[in-house]
Amino acid sequence: MDGHNRLPQEQDEAAPHPHAGVGRRRFLGYLLAAPTLAVAAQLGEAAAGTAPAHAAPASLPELTKLFDFNDMLTDAALPTSGFITIEVHADGTASFALPRAEVGQGITTSTAMLIAEELDLPLEKIRVTLADARPELLFNQLTGGSNATISTYTPVRVAAAIARKRLLETAAEVLDAEMSTLTVKAGVVTAPNGRSATYGSLAEKAAALKTVRVAADLKPRSAFSVIGTPRNRIDALASVTGRKKFAMDLQVPGAFPAMVCRPPTVNGTVRSVQNLDAVRAMPGVTDVAVISTGVAVRARTFGQCIDAVRALKVAWGPGTAEGESDETVLRELKAAEVPLAVPPLHVLAKTVEATFTFHFASNSALEPNCAVADVRQDRAEIWASLKSPIVAKEKIAAKLGLPPGAVTVHVTEGGGSFGRKLFFDAALEAAEISRAMGKPVKLMWHRTDEFRQGRTHPMATSRIRATHALGKVLTYEQRHTSVSTDFGHGLGEIITASAAKLPVGDLAFSETIFTLTQQTPYDLGLHTQFLNEVDKGFNTGSMRGIYSPNVRCAQELVLDRLADEMGKDRLGLRRQLIKDDRARAVLDKVAERGGWGRELPSGMAQGIAVHPEYHGVVAVLAEIDCRPQTTGRHVPDACTGPRVTRVVCAVDVGLAINPKGLEAQMMGGIMDGIALTLTSGLHLKDGAFLEGSWDNYFYTRQWNTPPELDIVVMPPSSEKPGGAGELAVGAASAAVACAYGAATGTMPTTFPVNHSGPLGFEPLPTVPPIPQSPADGLDRAY
Amino acid sequence: MPEHTFILNGKPVTVDVEDDVRLLWVLRDVLGVTGPKYGCGLGVCQACTSHINGKAFNPCSVPVKSIRPDDEITTIEGLPATVGKDLHPMQEAWLEHDVAQCGYCQPGQIMAAVAKVKQARATGREITEADLDEIRNVCRCGTYHRIREAIMAGAQHF
Repeated sequence: MDGHNRLPQEQDEAAPHPHAGVGRRRFLGYLLAAPTLAVAAQLGEAAAGTAPAHAAPASLPELTKLFDFNDMLTDAALPTSGFITIEVHADGTASFALPRAEVGQGITTSTAMLIAEELDLPLEKIRVTLADARPELLFNQLTGGSNATISTYTPVRVAAAIARKRLLETAAEVLDAEMSTLTVKAGVVTAPNGRSATYGSLAEKAAALKTVRVAADLKPRSAFSVIGTPRNRIDALASVTGRKKFAMDLQVPGAFPAMVCRPPTVNGTVRSVQNLDAVRAMPGVTDVAVISTGVAVRARTFGQCIDAVRALKVAWGPGTAEGESDETVLRELKAAEVPLAVPPLHVLAKTVEATFTFHFASNSALEPNCAVADVRQDRAEIWASLKSPIVAKEKIAAKLGLPPGAVTVHVTEGGGSFGRKLFFDAALEAAEISRAMGKPVKLMWHRTDEFRQGRTHPMATSRIRATHALGKVLTYEQRHTSVSTDFGHGLGEIITASAAKLPVGDLAFSETIFTLTQQTPYDLGLHTQFLNEVDKGFNTGSMRGIYSPNVRCAQELVLDRLADEMGKDRLGLRRQLIKDDRARAVLDKVAERGGWGRELPSGMAQGIAVHPEYHGVVAVLAEIDCRPQTTGRHVPDACTGPRVTRVVCAVDVGLAINPKGLEAQMMGGIMDGIALTLTSGLHLKDGAFLEGSWDNYFYTRQWNTPPELDIVVMPPSSEKPGGAGELAVGAASAAVACAYGAATGTMPTTFPVNHSGPLGFEPLPTVPPIPQSPADGLDRAY
Repeated sequence: MPEHTFILNGKPVTVDVEDDVRLLWVLRDVLGVTGPKYGCGLGVCQACTSHINGKAFNPCSVPVKSIRPDDEITTIEGLPATVGKDLHPMQEAWLEHDVAQCGYCQPGQIMAAVAKVKQARATGREITEADLDEIRNVCRCGTYHRIREAIMAGAQHF
């Protein structure tokens, strides 16, 4: 059913304004004309309760408390007319196409829980799929900024509540009973006379003949029996049986594997190809074509694509970062830093200064960039995991010279994102290749390309100067300077639409985002944080957090320094300065459960940090082992080094829809934080990144995992859910850095801490750009 | 094109494909068996981990010509049948501990876990934390802790 395309008639029931009532909250939605019960609610209604931007004070550092980045994403959806629809079927199930991307964060499960709650239908009877790109939703199909649950929390429940109400009205007729006397349990409506009817039997009778506007009440939180309870993921069975279908698992007729031979330096260009015909004649190869990013090959198997890519003899032109290395970028960052401004305020004031360097890091997921494209003369069809499918659809249409309506974009399940799938690099490239070859293609990036040509979290520096006197922090200045972050995935359009409503003046996009995301949990006196960017020719993007992990890490390390200089306990200073009760509660929780200050052997230590963002707050206590017997342990082809032995995390997201899912998000964020601080970075040399495999780019592996992990979900502190996807990364990276500093006696200033040491691997060649697969796999069977 | 015959998930299969094509692509691109995932093609990430004659291996790193006609290849799709159930106990443990996030690495993780438990038993002992530290499978969502819990729990049931 295509309910969202039907124009509703304005047959409004007499309903009070959704936010006018006291106590019960009434919301408007629609019954849609359809063969079975279909209901709709308008996305964006959730945002109507958001503090209006003009209410925010002019003081920038406090802005995030009232109106943050997440509010901007929610607010941007307000004027849109897109609907989300739920259908109830004759088999007793309900279905919903979620206009967001599921990339592992569990939003299909939490969304099914919202529907189960309001519909009084068991979770296993609810099917949540991912909606195709729907341009009528305008900004409301972007999955980012940990905003998915926040922005859909109310609309999804409204739709489900309307469906339930309609089913009850129908049941009252069928069972010949007053609606108010009916009870519902697990999708079965029962009348006082003992007669009952299932939702399945009512679904078609409840269908509306014409689309009408109706109202329904939402359950109060005290009546929740699903929301707030730990539930397993609805896609778990598909995951553990291998049945879950990712883009490369789809069987699209004629879509043969395709890969691209990419340049030896970042964004290099093709000058000429010497052996196109010879490569076309290789076994399995069907097509070879020069495209804007390299030379594309199409073959019967990906193995033969790899052979063809390796055989191509290409003359390459320079890229966009030619000759650049970590050192040259660092010099440019230092030159672009906004000056510190605060003069000495007090004759007794003492100053703490530090500068931190955060190297490039890869946001590559385990599922590489990939997409299926079938481009014909007059239309195109795309399958990919996309967090900004509307922008993808528009850009693909523009590239192909087709009207957007001729491009269908299907959103598939994603194998991780971490910022990568905000972009649609593979979808755009697959469309270009399919057009060039005149055939459907299944495009996949090679792992080595993912690290070397894929998007990175930009290299950045953070310079901090703080002053203190008489046991108080007087001033805190932070100057974050970063290689430019690409926001060309639709966030830019949102900001364009929202900027006029924000008290941020004429800041650039990135400065606006910096201002809207950076929240300091501590009272640090006179406080300024500024961002400056240098425009470099790198492929960048956010990475499970935009600026927060780096900014948080730097700030917490300086807090440790301040505490030491002031002769205070590191936790004690944080408790003294913390501004917010929720932040204090999580801090106290991890300190208590983690046994802050407990005795540890020399070379082991604790670190602690707090991070507020997205209407949530998290605290992390980490213990690290930097003793030689640990750092010197040997795992073949692995980065060992210091080991985080224990992590205690406490999280408050207001209202946790699914505490088990929230724990999973914290766990993942903690693993990311450990990697960012200790091991995972990219080395830039002569215009190319050296890392080319997961044994070069040291994301957390089992041998780096903390043996002890304790995650506490705090009791609900709000009526609404906050964001969770990115929350833990900053606090975890900071706590690990603080622990490392305490264990070694030296505050770390370069991240990851192993970046300046000897390279832990032999770099793969850049020509050919990808390595051949090994052939000795049987020798390594176990 | 040369023919290659082997046993896949309990049934003999024959494919026409060049000798040096790695088994992963024979499974995925020729036979349409998509449980084993591509994560690197370098024998590093272990996302394609499957079993050959009961031992864990990476099909991305084995040319199809190296597979003998009587070799039994088991992918995640064929794992339950090895214990004659709808789900292998390790898969049950995975569900119990709600391990999967994006799910992409999970077939490989489960196949590695089963083999790791058996490997320890072949030396006359049960799996330990130190064994878990040796597992190379990358999980970019960072579910490592639940993976460890599920392996220890699943090992109790087969």
